[in-house]
Amino acid sequence: MKVTLKIKRFNPEKDEKPWWAEYAVEAEPTDRLLDALNAVKWYQDGTLSYRRSCAHGICGSDAMLINGSNALACKALLKNLGDTITVEPMRGFRVVKDLMVDLEPFFDKYKQVKPYFITYSVTPEKERLQSPPERERFDDTTKCILCGACTTSCPSFWANPEYVGPAAIVNAHRFIFDSRDEGREERLEILNHRDGVWRCRTIFNCVEACPRGINVTRAIGEVKQALMYRKL
Amino acid sequence: MNIKPHEYLTYRGRAGMWAWILHRLTGVGVFVFLLAHIVDTALIGWGPKVYNEAVALYRHPISRVGEAVLAGAVLFHALNGVRIIILDFWPQTMTAEKKLFAGVVGLFAVVYIPMAIYMLRFLVH
Repeated sequence: MKVTLKIKRFNPEKDEKPWWAEYAVEAEPTDRLLDALNAVKWYQDGTLSYRRSCAHGICGSDAMLINGSNALACKALLKNLGDTITVEPMRGFRVVKDLMVDLEPFFDKYKQVKPYFITYSVTPEKERLQSPPERERFDDTTKCILCGACTTSCPSFWANPEYVGPAAIVNAHRFIFDSRDEGREERLEILNHRDGVWRCRTIFNCVEACPRGINVTRAIGEVKQALMYRKL
Repeated sequence: MNIKPHEYLTYRGRAGMWAWILHRLTGVGVFVFLLAHIVDTALIGWGPKVYNEAVALYRHPISRVGEAVLAGAVLFHALNGVRIIILDFWPQTMTAEKKLFAGVVGLFAVVYIPMAIYMLRFLVH
């Protein structure tokens, strides 16, 4: 099949504003958008820039705005995207070049929620045991690959870049509800400030965008609830 | 970073995004009406003549169509508000978020269609 890629390009060193480039690519219906982007970069226009690494939906490098909604280029099959595919960088972060955005602020938010185990009790001699239901409690949020698709699909984040964002909350949720972790209170405190979980308006764009199928809004809702009931 | 207004609307969201946009629009709409309503009731301070003349504006056909739109806005805002309350207090319902929105749309249609016909029947007479 023949597909046309309409790619929003921007080189801050040369361009005053973003512009649309069109490329015709011959591809199989079962190819992924990433294959088509590679075909452009390798055989038509080497100046096209985008991030990719594993190409199998697990490294989280190639999240972008595909036909108007966020997805991973390596998981989006051409047969589901139509003959003309629009590709843009994710919204809400500074464009470094073409489809690459500056993710530093994204990872700053991630670090803010202390995404690591915190323990204060005496370290046990053996591992900290956990029952299957206790593990199940936060299973959904362990799947995050930090691609940024959720945060950059969120109108609350677009309106207020200070909002900690769905991805950081998902990663906080992963520890808040882990029975082995003892940093629950400090994380909840961080998420209770004005740019924390309360910015979420249950719009569900993050859930639609998540390539890992995490129910992001539910995780945010559970953190909101933990905050609401913690002092009762 | 700066997101332009059209970029909010060109993101291809689904039910949840539509619910949010409509909730905002109806909320602002109802708020603007309330402001106007505060002004018209305050006119009573200038005596019954001024007040009656001002309130007579509400009987104009355009106002009456506006009234039907307002009723729809209040109804949608209320129903979707209940949806949001359910989602916020019982996060486990978030897996059925689309069904809840379908419920809002369904209930809205059931209540609003007869209501709008009743309110706008003067247009055909």
